[in-house]
Amino acid sequence: MNTVFAKSVPGRKGVWPREPQKTASDFLPKELLRDAGPRLPELGELDVVRHFTRLSNRNFGVDGNFYPLGSCTMKYNPKFMEEAAALPGFTRLHPLTAQLKGAGHFTQGALEVMFELERLLCEITGMAGYTLHPMAGAHGELTGAMIIAAYHKDKGNKKTKILCPDSAHGTNPASAAIAGFEVASLPSRDGIIDPGALKNALDENVAALMMTCPNTLGLFERNLPEIVAMAHDVDALIYYDGANLNAIMGWMRVGDVGFDVVHLNLHKTFGTPHGGGGPGSGPVGVCERLLDFLPISRVVKLEDGRFFLDYDHPKSIGYMAPFYGNFGVALKAYAYILRLGREGLIRASENAVLAANYLRKRLEEHLEIPFNRTCMHEFTASAVRQAENGVRAYDIAKALLDKGCHAPTIYFPQIVKECLMIEPTEPESLAVLDKFVDDLIEILHTAETDPEKVKSAPVSLPVTRLDETKAARDMKLTEDL
Amino acid sequence: MAPGQKQNPMPYVPHTEKQTQKMLERIGAGSVKDLFADIGPAMRPKSFNIPAGLSEMEVLSHMEGLAAKNKVDVVSFLGAGFYDHYIPAAVDALSGRGEFCTAYTPYQPEASQGTLQAVFEYQTAVCRLFGMDCANASSYDGGSAIFEAMMMAVRKTKRKKLIISEAVNPIYRIMVGSYTSNLGLELTTIPHQSGQTDLGRLRDAVDENTAGLVVQNPNFFGCVNDFTDLFAHARANGALNILSVYPVMQSVLKTPGAMRADIAVAEGQSLGLPLSFGGPYLGIMTCTKDLVRQLPGRIAGKTTDTRGRTGYVLTLQAREQHIRRQKATSNICSNQALCALKSLIHLCLLGPEGLKRTALLSMERAHFAAERLSALPGVSLLNQAVFGNEFALRLPLSAYEVIDKLTERGFVPGFPLGRYFTGLENHLLVACTEKHSKEDIGILAEMLGGLL
Repeated sequence: MNTVFAKSVPGRKGVWPREPQKTASDFLPKELLRDAGPRLPELGELDVVRHFTRLSNRNFGVDGNFYPLGSCTMKYNPKFMEEAAALPGFTRLHPLTAQLKGAGHFTQGALEVMFELERLLCEITGMAGYTLHPMAGAHGELTGAMIIAAYHKDKGNKKTKILCPDSAHGTNPASAAIAGFEVASLPSRDGIIDPGALKNALDENVAALMMTCPNTLGLFERNLPEIVAMAHDVDALIYYDGANLNAIMGWMRVGDVGFDVVHLNLHKTFGTPHGGGGPGSGPVGVCERLLDFLPISRVVKLEDGRFFLDYDHPKSIGYMAPFYGNFGVALKAYAYILRLGREGLIRASENAVLAANYLRKRLEEHLEIPFNRTCMHEFTASAVRQAENGVRAYDIAKALLDKGCHAPTIYFPQIVKECLMIEPTEPESLAVLDKFVDDLIEILHTAETDPEKVKSAPVSLPVTRLDETKAARDMKLTEDL
Repeated sequence: MAPGQKQNPMPYVPHTEKQTQKMLERIGAGSVKDLFADIGPAMRPKSFNIPAGLSEMEVLSHMEGLAAKNKVDVVSFLGAGFYDHYIPAAVDALSGRGEFCTAYTPYQPEASQGTLQAVFEYQTAVCRLFGMDCANASSYDGGSAIFEAMMMAVRKTKRKKLIISEAVNPIYRIMVGSYTSNLGLELTTIPHQSGQTDLGRLRDAVDENTAGLVVQNPNFFGCVNDFTDLFAHARANGALNILSVYPVMQSVLKTPGAMRADIAVAEGQSLGLPLSFGGPYLGIMTCTKDLVRQLPGRIAGKTTDTRGRTGYVLTLQAREQHIRRQKATSNICSNQALCALKSLIHLCLLGPEGLKRTALLSMERAHFAAERLSALPGVSLLNQAVFGNEFALRLPLSAYEVIDKLTERGFVPGFPLGRYFTGLENHLLVACTEKHSKEDIGILAEMLGGLL
């Protein structure tokens, strides 16, 4: 499909404002002006509408496709949330209005949303306080790691290292590094953290242990109380990566079991759409002793019921965002939590776990399940048997696309060979789950009878397999390169 | 109701009682509760006091009530890097399509050609607007983009000294200060000179230890510069030049590329994104070709499929955290993809002429306002520099007081510079866009005149 630039017709009128009375040179000397106008597309509104509608038709999304992408929690995004976030009372609000003395009353509704959402997240996770500023999960991790650094600095601790299990998301070590830490990898045993290995790794230099629980294998860390105690014994903090919170709402609160810092992914657990790669939102919660280090500003409620932004926190790590985070995303998550309520959140987690275990049991005869015990909201399967026959996890993923199903996460976590990491999410019906299994079984059967067919998938999409090596070599990153 | 008890029909959980039983039987579990056996009694919640769920109608009515507590029917001259430009209706109609907004990061390119081609087109559009070679798929906002650009300079030059002009948006300077606090970098801020970027002192500060130089155009006070000579000097010292710009104004201003910036970044909010109380916004990041391997985040590249047809993939992934872990160029994973799509659609709808008209109309209004306001007794412009759609005004009284009095009457006259600059407590930063009418500006002048 041609790019929007190839469709440009010089001189075609777009959505233009009225004609200005002056030209640029009336305001600016020539040496400050650009030589020629930017070569943007010149198209009519209908041209643009057609182009992007057709582009959208070349995409899978949750609205049209089952999307069991492990650790991404691609659950259905309820539509009323969009309406809530699009209310002009929110969208037209300039963020600096809240910082003007005398205009504080202009933003009371927005501040109330932030205050109430923080309170709800505190109650859902058992933490003492939250910031909504981080704009994605990894941004939350960085915020958390900086809070950890600030805590140790404040105590005079000289700790330089953060431990990440080998099953951790790649963002964990990368975030720890940007916060100034060295990263040490912690090997797992039977799919979970091995307290023995942890004991060996925990020395006085360890500032924190970053955990995902359930972990990326979908397994709950059964030795959690022991792990927490061991870390706290050496004044190491415990970080909870909330990527997998959708498994445990109402069943465990991370604050209650001793986690010190947590980030959530509102675009996973709380149903806000992921937008093809963002915007997300990664609020960070902390326990009581870390409250002083949260980013500023913080929203507080005064005795008279009014809300205001408090910047007076000398120990704070500072500004992580220009303002208050991805407010538009926070609005949607707030609406989602109000809609589901207590019981709805608990049922969401229960049904996410139910769906994952159902898929695991239905698939266990067909694929290797490396840790075949009760899983949480996701599990890993392995295509090692099929790989012997030349059909790899990659091929199975591509063949699923031909069935109209997005592929699971593949080759992650790296500790499982030929890994398919499957997370069905709770809003998917039994019919969808069964069709996924039936499709997969059919693909696995074809893998035996006609492996080339699976290895040439997909064939029903706008393109077949794409040459990634060529892309990296040619580096055609714009129309002009 | 305690966890694990009898299930009622819940929103977004489709199973009937019978289906749930069928699933449990297949699993071999007696109840859903059994699936949570790993979470021992000692680990159960101490409380879970979340209010009972509401119907869709009830939630929306609650949200409408909260939205109504905000006052948005005001005439506002607030800018300070975040501007209220008109957004054509087609932007949200198209970007709101479920195929775009309910997709994940395009890990399966064959099923994500819509997202990937849009990213490629976005990269092309912002590169052409800025006169640069390469762009990433976005970073979080204009401030984090400056931080990422600074880290690119540190990695590329293997130096640790960074120089930033005080006339760069103070919000971003504070962000950058926070982000770099644990990284052992030397951050030098060169004071502004009556709101103007101090080119001489910036030039003097650059030496052979400088990794990067950060300036903004127009600067925070609205002043427009040509940094070509300064950049040449920094380049001669082996430093990278980082320029933060205002995308709408870039339709008429000399490009970062023409000034030979190495990295050009921007807050993309002015391109089709509502103010929305601070986010979601868009960090635009562009650079020269020889820096592309230092660029963080997602990048789409053009390639072919097995049948020779054009397609797009995420490329140069060896830079990224999921491959390199702690050695990656950045920790960024999710970015602001849908915001980048909105900006692309916005740019396509306006085209070069529409964007230029937007810039010129905004400048017309601002220059009219500057003329009217500075004619008031005791009121003057902070400096005589060339400006675009924003300018700093010196008042004979506290800017806070002016704001206090005028907001009562539904006018937000601008941003009080004293909020971030000691000594400028009597100064107001005033921004205009094409949305302001001459009448609005006339009323503002009258109201302000009434206070003097």
